[in-house]
Amino acid sequence: MTEANASTGSAEFDENRYLTVEHLTVAYNGRPALEDVTFAVPHGTQVAVVGPNGAGKSTLFKALVGLLPPRSGRIRLHGAVPGGQADPIAYVPQREEVDWAFPVTVREVVMMGRYGRLGWLRRPRATDREVVGRCLRELGLADLADRGLGELSGGQQQRVFLARALAQEPHVLLLDEPFTGVDVAAREGLLALLGRLRERRITVLASTHDMETAAKRFELVALLNRRLVAFGPPAEVFTPGHVAQAFGGQALFLDGMVVVDQCCPGHVGDGEAHRHSHDPGEDRLPHALPR
Amino acid sequence: MTHWLTDPFTFAFMQRALVASLVVGVACAVIGTFVVLRAMAFLGDALAHAVLPGVAVAYLLDANLLLGGLVAAVVVAAGVGLVSRRGVVKEDTAIGILFAAALALGVLLMSTVHSYAVDLTHILFGNVLGVSSADLWLTGGLAAGVVAVVVLFFKEFQVAAFDPVLAHMLGKRPELVRFVLLVLLALTVVVSLQTVGVALVTALLVTPPATAYLLTRRLASMMLLSAVLGAAASVAGLYLSYYLDVASGAAVVLCATAAFALAWLFAPRRGLLAQRFAARRGRA
Repeated sequence: MTEANASTGSAEFDENRYLTVEHLTVAYNGRPALEDVTFAVPHGTQVAVVGPNGAGKSTLFKALVGLLPPRSGRIRLHGAVPGGQADPIAYVPQREEVDWAFPVTVREVVMMGRYGRLGWLRRPRATDREVVGRCLRELGLADLADRGLGELSGGQQQRVFLARALAQEPHVLLLDEPFTGVDVAAREGLLALLGRLRERRITVLASTHDMETAAKRFELVALLNRRLVAFGPPAEVFTPGHVAQAFGGQALFLDGMVVVDQCCPGHVGDGEAHRHSHDPGEDRLPHALPR
Repeated sequence: MTHWLTDPFTFAFMQRALVASLVVGVACAVIGTFVVLRAMAFLGDALAHAVLPGVAVAYLLDANLLLGGLVAAVVVAAGVGLVSRRGVVKEDTAIGILFAAALALGVLLMSTVHSYAVDLTHILFGNVLGVSSADLWLTGGLAAGVVAVVVLFFKEFQVAAFDPVLAHMLGKRPELVRFVLLVLLALTVVVSLQTVGVALVTALLVTPPATAYLLTRRLASMMLLSAVLGAAASVAGLYLSYYLDVASGAAVVLCATAAFALAWLFAPRRGLLAQRFAARRGRA
């Protein structure tokens, strides 16, 4: 795994083969959401981004895709500033902020993923329709292609936005909590898709609360809590020291096991009792990691 | 039988009225599609009222009313666009105050001329029978321009309205698109002054697209159907006003509203009856 070691600065580091983030600091609503984050993702690998709520996972993705300006630091894809049609980064947010009552079909939503490649006056061409058709089939949406977006279930809608991201033919795919609130069948479908993307050498960064999936199904893990606590293969990242640093008072070290409660943002490091309410959509079971 | 259809149009002024009404009906429907989808009806109404001082000044200077309205409309649209940049729509109180003040200012300016009442009525409610050839060229040109811009940049308008976050990521500049939409709306409002007037233009912007929304599921079909409905209401309204000797602008609006009422009741999936039927089926 020499490519993974390159993140520590070995002589084989060739910037053109990586997505690099250097000393990235991003503020959100005036507060620092990410501080001095540095890592390099080799082209084609899949990274799980893990951390407590409020750790800056979504902020990282938004900064990568240009939705949030960095206060300092830089981002490079294949050595150049990302953006432009040549090497798109596609981002699938956890919850889309779209107009659900808008008159648009599934096929049309996926076609919008092609708009970045079409100039201001261009109409979609045969290649675009072909790519859209392929992405619809890949996500099992072929039968729903001409239905209105608002007619679909939540899970189906999620697949539509995933198809749209794939229609961009991205070099890097950012998935914000794709496993959250998703049933087992959908989860397995998503993991199968990630497997196919690995074969196609598409770099994937997926944020998740599911640390077991992160440890077992991803080659690299980025453990975040505003700062980058650790980055590397799961075995190197998921050590008691790192977990304690990232999750603070939310992590309990039992004999042979670490239990982490991931429900609450903003309580890292203080052992005090606190009151909180649970958003019904949030995962509130503690996760157990074998040591 | 055909005499009934063709009689009104033996008059040149009626021919011009027909062309103006058609053109305005289509342009309003096309821009109105976004007014409806982006909940900009109030803003459209405000723009129409804000235009009044510009028209009033042109009236006092004995200049072309349309041009006076145009200047005011573009100034106000640009101002609104700049002020409300990040979509802080809760400014509706401020907008409400401003457009009431603009209306008052316009009426005040016009009242300095003693015979103002008739002309004010025309500005408020339309005077399609007074459309001159020069007016028709200006109206037609502007309306055609508005429709052309929307059609040419359709996908940019579509993605900016549906998913501004994606639009931003793809470099489609949703804020610029919104600004252009406001300017197009201002132009459409000015162009509609003559056929339906300041007070009724919102109806022509909103009603045909609202009707089409109930009957379609894609933006392109919604816009096309709106245009057809807008044109049909304009023509029907004109016939009604000729044969019943009533105000034409008002007749056009009421025809559009009647079409909306029919759709609201009878639309296949979204009409009231269809939904009652489906609910009853669900319970059985």
